[in-house]
Order: sequence, then C-alpha cells, then structure tokens
Amino acid sequence: MNYMLFSPEFTLAAVAFGVLGIDLILPQDKKGYLPSLSVVGLIGVLIFSLWYMWGRDTNLYDGLFLVDNFSLFFKAFFLVLGVLVVLASVDYVKKHLSRPGEYYGILLFSILAMMLMAASGELLTAYISLELLSFSLYVLVSYGRHGLKPSEAGLKYILLGAFASGLLLYGISQVYGMLGTTRFEEIHAALLLDGTPINPAVLVGLVLIIAGLGFKVAAVPFHMWAPDVYEGAPTPVTAYLAVGSKAAAFALILRLFSQAFMPVFDDWQIILVILAALTMTVGNLVALAQQNIKRMLAYSSVGQVGYLLMGVAALSPLASNGVIFHLVGYGITNLAVFMCVIIFYNSTDKEEISDFAGLADRSPLVAMAMTVSLFSLAGLPFFAGFTTKFYLFAAAADGGLLWLVGLAITNSLISLYYYMMVMKQMYMVPAIDNTPLKISRVSGGALGVLIAGVIVVGVYPGPLVDAIEAATRAILP
Amino acid sequence: MDTFDSYVLMALVAIPFGWGVLLAFLPKDRLQHIRLTSAAVAVVITALTAYVFLAYDTAEAGYQLTREIQWLDSLGVTFSLGVDGISVPMVLLTGVVMFTGVLMSWNVEYRAKEFFVLFFLLVAGVFGVFVSLDLFFFFFFYELAVMPMYLLIGVWGSSSDFGSFLRPKEYGAMKLMLYLVAGSVLVWVALVAVFVEGGIGTFSLLELEHVTFSENFQRIFFPLFMVGFGILAGLWPFHSWSPDGHVAAPTSVSMLHAGVLMKLGAYGIIRIGIDLLPQGAEDWMPVLIILGTINVVYGAVSAMGQRDLKYVIGYSSVSHMGYVFMGFATLNSLGVSGAVLQMFSHGIMTALLFALVGVVYDRAHVRDIGVLEGLTKRMGLTAAFFAVAGLTSLGLPGFSGFVAELMVFIGVFKDYPVLGMLGIIGAAITAVYILRLLAKVFFGPLDPRWEHLPDATRLQGFSMGILVIFLLVVGLYPKPWMDLINSGVAPILARVASLT
Repeated sequence: MNYMLFSPEFTLAAVAFGVLGIDLILPQDKKGYLPSLSVVGLIGVLIFSLWYMWGRDTNLYDGLFLVDNFSLFFKAFFLVLGVLVVLASVDYVKKHLSRPGEYYGILLFSILAMMLMAASGELLTAYISLELLSFSLYVLVSYGRHGLKPSEAGLKYILLGAFASGLLLYGISQVYGMLGTTRFEEIHAALLLDGTPINPAVLVGLVLIIAGLGFKVAAVPFHMWAPDVYEGAPTPVTAYLAVGSKAAAFALILRLFSQAFMPVFDDWQIILVILAALTMTVGNLVALAQQNIKRMLAYSSVGQVGYLLMGVAALSPLASNGVIFHLVGYGITNLAVFMCVIIFYNSTDKEEISDFAGLADRSPLVAMAMTVSLFSLAGLPFFAGFTTKFYLFAAAADGGLLWLVGLAITNSLISLYYYMMVMKQMYMVPAIDNTPLKISRVSGGALGVLIAGVIVVGVYPGPLVDAIEAATRAILP
Repeated sequence: MDTFDSYVLMALVAIPFGWGVLLAFLPKDRLQHIRLTSAAVAVVITALTAYVFLAYDTAEAGYQLTREIQWLDSLGVTFSLGVDGISVPMVLLTGVVMFTGVLMSWNVEYRAKEFFVLFFLLVAGVFGVFVSLDLFFFFFFYELAVMPMYLLIGVWGSSSDFGSFLRPKEYGAMKLMLYLVAGSVLVWVALVAVFVEGGIGTFSLLELEHVTFSENFQRIFFPLFMVGFGILAGLWPFHSWSPDGHVAAPTSVSMLHAGVLMKLGAYGIIRIGIDLLPQGAEDWMPVLIILGTINVVYGAVSAMGQRDLKYVIGYSSVSHMGYVFMGFATLNSLGVSGAVLQMFSHGIMTALLFALVGVVYDRAHVRDIGVLEGLTKRMGLTAAFFAVAGLTSLGLPGFSGFVAELMVFIGVFKDYPVLGMLGIIGAAITAVYILRLLAKVFFGPLDPRWEHLPDATRLQGFSMGILVIFLLVVGLYPKPWMDLINSGVAPILARVASLT
C-alpha cells in the first residue's frame, strides 16, 4: 500500500499539532506567527497535493479512502478556503479572541476533517470525518469571549449537532443491517441486485441519512440552529461554517448519492426535491425580515443550500458540475461578503444592517466590494454568482426539474430585495459616524483576492469548469 | 479590414466596460479630467457604432461582423457576436444616446466618478445585448444593463414631491429594479426551457434557429418571453415602473433608460421570442396587439393628467412603446419594420425630451407644469427643440415618428381595423397633451419668477442638436433605414410565414 497517498492528511495533522505545540512556547507578543505558520502549512500541503495527486485514481485501505480527481478537487478547494479563513481571522482573533493557538490549531483539524469527508468511500469513515469536523466547529463556534450569545450558539450547535449525528448513525446502521456493507460501491451493487421497489428498511435508513446530512447543511426543516449559531459565533467562524462545512457536506452528499444510492434515484429524488423547494423558499423569505447582517447572511445561505439541493435532486454529470461550480462560486462570494463584515466589525464592533449606513462615504472600496459580492450572491452577471447559478439552473432544468428552477429563479428575485436593502444603507443613508474604517494589509489583501476571484469565476470560468468536470468524471463516469 | 471587422463588436462591449472598471481606480477629485476622458471614450464608441452602421452590407443581409469564441463547452455557451438589420440601428441608437448622455451629464458633481463608472457599465450591457448571438450572453448583458440602475437612480436621482403625491427616488429605484428583475425571472426560465427543449445542448441562437420547437412548447413559453421582455419595454399592465423610475432617474440615465433600455425589451421579443418561437408568436399576437393598443391609449390619457413635466414624458414613453407592440403583433413586413423604426425614432425622441426636461429642471428647480410658464422668452433654444421633439412625438410628417407610426398603422389596419382606429385616437390624444404642454410651459406669458433663467449651455445645445438632426434625417429620407431594417425583419417573418 502506498502510504504516500495519505501524506497530505498526515502533513496537515502535523502542522495542526505543530501550531498547538509552538503556541505553548511562544511568548504572548509573538503569537502573530501562528497564522503565518498555518498559512505556510496549508499552502505547502496544497502544492504537494496538486503535484503528487494529479490524475491519480486509486484508493487506500481497500476503498475506505479514495484518491481520485473528485477528492483532489475538494482537497484543493478546502485548503485554499483554509488559507482565506486564516487570513480573515488574523485581525479578528487579535482583537476579539484569546488563545490564538487553539483557534488556528482546531481550524486546521477541521480542514483535515473536510478533506477526509470528500475522500471517504465508506459510510463509517465519512461519519468519523464528519464528527471530527463537527467537534472542531463546536469549539470554534463558542470561542467568543463576551456575553451569552457565544455560549448559546455553542450549546445549541452541540445539542442539535449531536442529535443530527444520532440520526445519521441510525441511518447508517439501518443501511448496514439491510445490505450488509457500508462501502459505497458495495451498496451500489447490492441495491442493483435488490432491484426495485426499494426495501422499505433501506429507505428508512436513507431518509435518516438525508435528515442527518440535512442538519449539517442547514436544509429546511433542519435549519433552526443556523441563525443563532451564525450570529453567536466569531464572524470568521461564521464565514467558515457557511462555506466550508457546507461544501464538505455537499462533497459527501454528491459522492454518496452518485456512487452508492444512484440505483434508487427515483426513491430519493422526490425527498430532495421537496427539501430543496422548502429550503430555498423559507430561507429567502425569512431573510427578508432580518436586522442583523449575520442572521441575514445565515438565512441567505439557507436559501443557497436550496439551490444546491435542487442540483443534487437532478443528479447527472451536468448537474454535479453545476453543484460543484455553484459551491465554488457561492463559497468565494460568501467569503467576500463576510470579509467585508469582518473588516467592518473590527473597526466598529457593530453588525446590524442599519450600522452600515453611509459606508460608501466612509470606505468606498469596502462598500464597492460589498456591493459586488451582494450582487454576486443575488446572481447578477459579471460576477461568479450569475455564471454558477445559470449553470446550475440549466443543469437542473436539463434533469427535468424546470418548475423547481422557476421557483429557484423567483427566489433569486426575492433575495435581490434584501441584498439591495444593505446597498441602500451603504449608499443612500447618511452615516452617523464618518470615520473611515481601519483596514489592515492582511484583510485588505484577502478581500482583494476574493473580489478578483468573484470576477474571474464570473467571466472566465473555463479552466475551473474543466477541473470540475474532471472531478465529476471520478464519481459519475 | 477583415481583422478590424471581427473585433469591432467586441470593442463596442469591451471599451465602455474597460473604461468603467479603469475609472473606478482613478483618483476622484479631478472632475474635469474625468469628464473629458469619458467624453473622449464616448466619441470613440460612437465612431465605432457609426462604423458598424456604415460597414453593414444591406444587400447581403444576414448576420455580419461576426465573431465566435469558445467559452463553456459543457454548457454549450460560446461568446458569439454579430449584427443584422435589426440590431444595427439599435447599436447606432445606443451610440448616439450614450454620447449625448455623457455630454448632458457634464453638471453631475456629486460623486461624479462613480456616476460615470456605473453609466459606462450600463452602456456596456446595452451594447452587449444588441450584439450577442448566444442566449447565455444575451441574458448576461441584459442583466448587466439592469444592475447599475438601482444605484444610479437611488444616489443621483431626484424625488417627486407634490405634497399629497410623494415619490422618493429610492422608491422609484427599488420599484424599477424589482419589476425589471421580475421580468428577467420569466426570461431566464424560458431561456433554460429553450435550452432543454432544443435538445442539442447549446445556447447558440444561430443553432437554435434551426430547431423546430413543438407547438405546445411554443404556446406555453412564448408568453414568458412576451411578458418578461415586455416588462422592460413597458408593456401594460406591467408598465408602472417606467414613469416612476424614469422620473426619479438623473437626466442622462432617463435618456439612456427610456431611449435605449426599453428597446432591449422590444428587441428581445423579436430577436428571441418571435425568431425562435414563431408559432407561439402567431398564437399570442392577438393578445399582444390588444395590450399594445391599451398601452397607446392608456399611456396617452395618463400623460394628459400629469402635473410633473417629467411624468408627462414618462407616460408618453409608455404610450409610444405601444406602437412597437402593435407593429410586432401584425407579423407583416410593414408593421414589424415600422415597429423597429419606431424603436429607433422613439429612442432618439424620448432621449431628447428627457434631456430638455433635465435642462429646464436644472435651471428652474421645479417641474410643475402649473408653475412653469412662458419659458420661450428666456430659453429660446430649449423651446425650439422641445417643439421639434413634441411634434415628432405627435407624428407630424417630416419627422421620424411619422414614418414609423404610419407604417405601423397601415400594418395594423390590414387585420385589425378597430384597434388601428384606437391607435390613431391615441396619437390624437398625444397631440392634445403635447400641444397643451408647449402652449403652457413655453409659449404662455412669461412668469416674472423665470425672468432670469439662462438658456441651455452651448454644450447642451450641441448634444441635443445631434438628436434633432437624427429625427429630421430619418423623417425626410427614411429609405436607407427602411432597407436596412427590412433586411433584418425579412428572415424572421419568413420563418413565421413558413408555418402551416
């Protein structure tokens, strides 16, 4: 067995322990080296993975751990995401949080967990990776120092998260009990052998798995935890939750449904269609009423999950491309929005939407970046959101879900309204306090990179889509 | 010149876009430099549109100056550009209105840099729609043209306040945005449906033109195009964003929006709706012609009742766009060509009218018809231009509006004599409100309050003069324009005629 294939994960774990260990001996005024170390580690692992894993299609431990283009794509995505989240955290952690060592260390562990989720070829491995991710996030969510909100967020997240894990585990055992295996390929074969109609006990397991994963991606009606957790968590962690944990869960969902449950497509499609329709509609409608920018973004990301679930419900190579493509587009865009919110919060300690009044006068560039990313989230062109949404919607319609696409497009219209209310504050309402925001070089640079990404994905998606197609071919040949 | 020809359309999109982006990063305090360089860019763009107009070979017809670049193979999207006899006049219209719009924006001082950034992005979107031959990019630019409107109106616009009738600019901006995006929701759904139903995995218009869609499909999805694009073109009963939005917008944005953007909607109906779904078009045309006639009459009657000068123009736009719908709905060569000419003529005319209202408002700071009186004595040039635009609007022979409306009426009378009569009544009502307006605002006795109003500046006079020249040239010698438009309309009507 070629253990070299596992080296990115080992290295990242070593970097994470390294950050934790060095933190112990580093004097208080030198803690600034920790994020640099994390970034260097992440980039190193990224370069090594791309160089060593490119084009490989093999596995470890008899198919528990898959090394293919799909896992490589998500590995790269999560590592880049990790770099950006660390950069977004630097100022925030310095100003608002204590114990940076544990913060960055746990962040790195969670990235490791996400990489494993995308690469697992078996239900229990997937479950363990998911738990590693969840436990890291439980800690990060309750990291805030002040007030009751961080504790409330942490407690809610742990209780509901544990409940979801229970559901997932029950579903897995049900599937194992009926089919006698937890390997994706073997489930696929067993289901084919069973033929239709699906064994009701397997269906129960499948429904429980969908519910468990639904909790993790905050699909309606399993979304109740999201707004409170988003609001109470430190903002960089919120950004990370909104993008990272969702992307990881969708990586798992895509692999699970295409490699394991494809033979019973007709049975789960209807469940996902209903979930998607509910999720996008409830998310966008409730977002209309929000006053707090983080809560609004929480509901808006619930809405986005609805679009992604729609793509999964139409699962085909084209739809899988669409889901991954929109995950990337939405991910970059959402990080850009959160970056603006973080920069704003670092200077003002405020996060109500009305606090953004007059931002265009205070810091025109931040206001412009925020406008660009909100337009992108709403799906307007020139930005990532338009291109990726168009791709996803066309793919879903191609899979026969035109009416659901119509609902999704209508929801985009609703979302435009609440995004524009933020723009109204920034551009049309005069500021109460006119001091410009303080933008550090790290935050400004990260924001610049993100905005550039939003535009590049919007107008020149060719190379990215080529990579995504390669990833899709690994799970849906 | 071959290489130049294959790049000219791309340059039409890239130059305004590139300038918009570049400007965003230039220093904002050098106001005069921003204006002069923007005007220079506008000259270049207008020259390119003139080149497109002259280089287009009417005898050969079809799509010309084409260029294709692979963009997303898996989704069948190519960046495909080209113009035909319908889009060439629209490109020229955009060039002219954009150029005069930049000159009319000379007095924008508040955040002028951002204003020009958004203005040029808007222009890039408009050009993009007129030259795209791929449905993805058509829609891409269509949305790009809508996007900057919210900020353009909300930040630089003006509110209407008549005590009991208060319309803040934010209201107009939000209403316009939501209506237009609601329209594009319908268009988006229909485009995706066409992609799926086409079954050849492409968004290319040129390839989809060869697909015959099933009758049922056409019947279900044509109305989505008709209403979706119709919203942007001011189709009754979805027109109400147009007066509110155009009144709230700053002068040059009203010019561009009423003059050119509303034509995007009409252009979409003919370029995509009728061209791809001819059977659906034929089935739905009786509905469109009734709605169009209501547009004409309702718009004219509403215009008659307005006190705000700008609202009069806003509603007259709604009324005049009705002729475009009526012309399309005839599906005969006279009517459709007349409608396309009306798109051009109305674009120039309404841009001129909004420019003139802007000039009056800048000086008098009111737009209340009840208060403005006898401005001719102080604003001779403005009054003269207003008279020209007004007479075009009511369809006086010698101006472009007459040719276009006459063709539409003849086309309509062939099949729908009653509606044709109603259309003519609409034109008569237009005459009433335009002449009354001219008499009151410009030719009445001079109110002493307006003793000291200066006339339009030379720059404003020059830019409005350009528009007047176009109205006259097209009105007096319409033949080359008609040949051009006919060459574009003929293949589309041939597709309709080939239905059994």
